[in-house]
Amino acid sequence: MKFRGKITDIACLNHFTTFSRILKSAVCLNEADPLCSGVVTTISKLTKTCVLRLTPDHLFFILPGKVTNGGVGMWCQLLQANFFQEYQMEGVTSEVQEICLEVSPEPWSRALKTVQSAKSVKLKLTRKHCACLTVAAELPTLSSVGRVVTHDVPVDVIPRRLWQEFQEVGVPDFDVSVYLPPLKTMKSVVDRMKNLSNFLVMEANLNGDMNLKIQTDLVSVTTHFKDLGNPAGGDVSSQDGGPSQSRDPEVMAEVTVDIRKLQQFLMGQQVNPSKALCNIVHQNVVHLVLLHEDVSLQYFIPAVA
Amino acid sequence: MPLSTQSQSQDQQYVLVANLDNARNLSNILKAITCRDHAIFTATANGLKVTVEDCKCMQANAFIQADIFQEFTLKEDMVIFQINLTVLLDCLNIFGGSTAAGASTALRMCYMGYGHPLTLFLEEGGVVTVCKINTQEPEEPIDFEFSSSNVTNKVILQSESLKEAFSELDMTSEVLQITMSPSQPYFRLSTFGNSGNAHYDYSKDSDMMELFQCSTTQTNRYKMSLLKPSTKALSISCKVSVRTDGRGLLSLQYLVRNDDGQICFVEYFCCPDEEVEEE
Repeated sequence: MKFRGKITDIACLNHFTTFSRILKSAVCLNEADPLCSGVVTTISKLTKTCVLRLTPDHLFFILPGKVTNGGVGMWCQLLQANFFQEYQMEGVTSEVQEICLEVSPEPWSRALKTVQSAKSVKLKLTRKHCACLTVAAELPTLSSVGRVVTHDVPVDVIPRRLWQEFQEVGVPDFDVSVYLPPLKTMKSVVDRMKNLSNFLVMEANLNGDMNLKIQTDLVSVTTHFKDLGNPAGGDVSSQDGGPSQSRDPEVMAEVTVDIRKLQQFLMGQQVNPSKALCNIVHQNVVHLVLLHEDVSLQYFIPAVA
Repeated sequence: MPLSTQSQSQDQQYVLVANLDNARNLSNILKAITCRDHAIFTATANGLKVTVEDCKCMQANAFIQADIFQEFTLKEDMVIFQINLTVLLDCLNIFGGSTAAGASTALRMCYMGYGHPLTLFLEEGGVVTVCKINTQEPEEPIDFEFSSSNVTNKVILQSESLKEAFSELDMTSEVLQITMSPSQPYFRLSTFGNSGNAHYDYSKDSDMMELFQCSTTQTNRYKMSLLKPSTKALSISCKVSVRTDGRGLLSLQYLVRNDDGQICFVEYFCCPDEEVEEE
């Protein structure tokens, strides 16, 4: 089992930086995470599991929807050829060209932070005191002598019998699929709503209408987005499971979510995606899909119990 | 639903309807008096007065005249209610509240009367947010009985000159002392903090002093915690008038220009700190 990758092209590195920023916000353990907000507090004991899956063509970064994540799941897929100038891997066996690694979130976050200011990056699977993903970032300096910062991110090789969970995510049988409104507007609204309530209702219909609603003893606030458009049947994963043809276009499918989870998703989106849509399974889960050129990001937010 | 298609019949149920093309013309001035959660809204034909009180010895009022609004319709002589000001501000700023070029949030504020919530319709870029905020029984605002005829000392200063002093005020000082006198030091702000005493003097001949009418020497102390919030009103104003009456009651009046250059007023009343004592 081997892996080695190198990014030396500046444009690719910038691209990778955009993607790692998205990942970094997803990896945030809680709002007070010092790596994300600059506030120094004790990190919560609940850590998220991050999985890095490598195939000859793709890199997948997965946060499985475990209870410790509050049920939020994230799936990010990149086409390796669009990032790496060198990419060599050998899977666990000669037939199975795949590697699945469980990655420690905190050191991975720190490594990503260094990558953001790097001139070039090398990634390599190594064995130090334990199996590690070594990230070596060459940083720009004023002198002619380069400076390299190396992070050894401890990883656990995931045995094949557990790989089931990390295969291509299936799109759930959703009730409504709708394009998202401008994320910047959504973020402004959700940020304010968070001051007023812990829970938010997200609902949408096949007429391209979406509402974000909060309701407490003190106040109720509803934001109406119209004419968003609905993707025709399929979606980016081109899986089966379009909404049933006989559904009344006016009827809303809704999910009540923890507002911080939605806010966390919106915080990571610094760049406008080329495509952004949302699949809603009534009172079950919100499945958000974003396409940034060649990075596809899927986020699952479950309904609150 | 777009603001413009609100049905006629629904309008007839409201005792108060106020429209603003730019919600910031209301939210900015309300931010200047936000020091407590609750505020009393009083609407009359003259416009809107929003009152916030603290400890029964400080009162802040924001006045937004009827002609600031694009529409201001009142079906009764006076409409009063109490509302959570921080919730109201979150709603008014739902689309971000920052000064993005060109983008402004339109507001329609409606109230059906006693027992009903205050309904806000906010629109920006085709997106509409509807907020319903519960109202409460209004408490009687204090009448400090501050009248112009009892004013002993008055100065009007350009806000610029006071902004620096107020932003640097020694917060370890429990009081802010204001001295006004027909002779030196004329107008002085003093603090007594852990690192020592600080004095800010403003001469009556200073360029910043637009009016100086002091007949007697008066020194009064006011609790810093009560006056510090007035810094917010100072920072958005262009002129401030400082007046005291025979009892040492302080009246600060701020002239504020909104985004469209229209004038609004903010006023602070503060009782002198009883423990004072030495001249």
